[in-house]
Amino acid sequence: MNRSRAAPYALSAPALLLFALMVLLPLALTALLSFQQFSYESGVQGGFTLAAYAAVLGDGFYWEVFGRTGWVALLATLICIAIGTPEAYILSRMRPPWRSAFLLVILAPLLVSVVVRAFGWSLVLGPAGFVNQFFEAIGIGRVRMLYTPIAVVVALVHVMLPFMVIPVWTSLQKLDPMVENAALSLGASRFTVLRRVVLPQVLPGLLSGALIVFALSASALAIPGLLGGRRLKMVATLIYDEYLHELNWPLGAAIALALLAVNLAVMLGTQALIEGHYRKRLGA
Amino acid sequence: MAFLVVDGLTQRYGSVTALADFSLHVERGEFISLLGPSGCGKTTTLQALAGFVQPSAGRIVLDGRDITGLPPEKRGLGIVFQSYALFPHLTVAGNVAFGLEMRGLPRAEREGRVARMLELVHLSELAGRYPRELSGGQRQRVAIARALVIEPPVLLLDEPLSNLDAKLRETMQFELRRIQRKLGTTTLMVTHDQAEALSISDRVVVMDGGRIQQVDAPHRLYEQPASRFVGSFVGKTNWLQGTARGGAVELAGGLRLPLVNDDGAGDGAVAAEGSTVSLVLRPEKLRLQPPGQGRLPARVAERFFLGSQWLYRVESALGALEVACANDGRAPWPEQAEVALDWADDVARRLPAEGQA
Repeated sequence: MNRSRAAPYALSAPALLLFALMVLLPLALTALLSFQQFSYESGVQGGFTLAAYAAVLGDGFYWEVFGRTGWVALLATLICIAIGTPEAYILSRMRPPWRSAFLLVILAPLLVSVVVRAFGWSLVLGPAGFVNQFFEAIGIGRVRMLYTPIAVVVALVHVMLPFMVIPVWTSLQKLDPMVENAALSLGASRFTVLRRVVLPQVLPGLLSGALIVFALSASALAIPGLLGGRRLKMVATLIYDEYLHELNWPLGAAIALALLAVNLAVMLGTQALIEGHYRKRLGA
Repeated sequence: MAFLVVDGLTQRYGSVTALADFSLHVERGEFISLLGPSGCGKTTTLQALAGFVQPSAGRIVLDGRDITGLPPEKRGLGIVFQSYALFPHLTVAGNVAFGLEMRGLPRAEREGRVARMLELVHLSELAGRYPRELSGGQRQRVAIARALVIEPPVLLLDEPLSNLDAKLRETMQFELRRIQRKLGTTTLMVTHDQAEALSISDRVVVMDGGRIQQVDAPHRLYEQPASRFVGSFVGKTNWLQGTARGGAVELAGGLRLPLVNDDGAGDGAVAAEGSTVSLVLRPEKLRLQPPGQGRLPARVAERFFLGSQWLYRVESALGALEVACANDGRAPWPEQAEVALDWADDVARRLPAEGQA
């Protein structure tokens, strides 16, 4: 009896230990760091101060960076929903040899190093890049995209799409294909079937995909760093700068925790607001 | 012209012909079953009627209107799917109301019709539940209500009872028939369960290999199968082989049976003298008597208790035969008992010549 009750804990102990060591411990250390004092003359000092948080909350620059990060991540998420959901639907309707081929195409960005991918996009979106050549050819003229949020959003969508497609695809596979036929037989048009029958059922998948994409986009470092340039700051690149250029570790830690708090708030808020509602209905 | 006319319906998938030249006339209010083993083309027929597959050839005419080329959403037929295919994100009432909503009915009328339909299928108390909170039989009734609330000209049922346990299936068979009688909806049901087809249909279409084998009322189908396939698929059968001689059939061992067809009239003239004749002899038409009293001596090889019946396998000069005796309280024959077989003169039915495989 005693043994069987201890077994689940014993079995999950390695995972819990790993989690504590790899996530909780660094997080706790970061939290401690964020309360420490800093001066450019003497570096990080011990003691307790809220100076770093006061700096983050009091300076409009940080608000601007957080705001930009928020809308870039949100835009990337919305575009991922708009592209990824139909993509997942089409994928689920494909026959076996094609389906695995296209799944590989969707997963391809994850197989390529982020540095290579970012430089690839800078070639495509740069002033003399493929897209601008096309724009000039059709008479729009050259558009500045590299080192603007456009490039960051495009590259984020590219790499985040699999995180959108996979959960939606998974929930699509749980659908009874006959349910769509049932709706058709009751007089629903093809579009109504998608809107009233398919979409509500994949909403939990769509939502988890959107949350993953938003969280990863908001904390992305390499893509904003390489395609946003030196001046277009996002939160992750800002943290990077504080740690490695300014050597202001407490401020970096404070920004990092603020980002974590915002991400958590967005996730839990959305989950509580919408997913709970659908969970109840679908029992998923 | 019949209410629903299916004419020469053919469905080919590549080189495979799933359905060949299916023709059927259905009268208004009829309950038709499509019966056959899996792969016989019955589901393909239903899919073509529903509009989910476009037939390679043939026409479907409903109430004088050719609907062959119409997409499913324009046909207005009621369909009950094998998996029920309920909308998991809608309540029972929401499921039933869906078709009415698609027709743009005002809310008040919609609610009235949904309530009446739920009452008909005895689900009024469960209107607010979601499908996953229902039992199999309840889901089944939601599916039926959802299909019928739009008042379809034809109701199509795809193996509607196959996911229910035996007891519930029997209840639902009668329930289905009661609802269908009450509303008078013309109904086509696909099934592989012969008992189901026989018990609730006006007519049964037996199919095999993509072709219609026989279309008949249930009792005629049983009593006078048109082919060896139908005889074997519907009910248990003893096959007897004999030779036509002088208006009678001479069986192995010199036994003679008069040739009759299903209405009991003499049929001897039809079979050419000396030709081989196949006879169908249903197990329950045979009787076991004490030795020396019947037509043919036999020995009980095995017996099986089926509840309402005893099923005996007996050895005789005609080969191994199955005999079903009502469990009427008399002591059953033990295995290895010497018995005699007896039957009424007119119970053996001859297969039509083309049915002799």
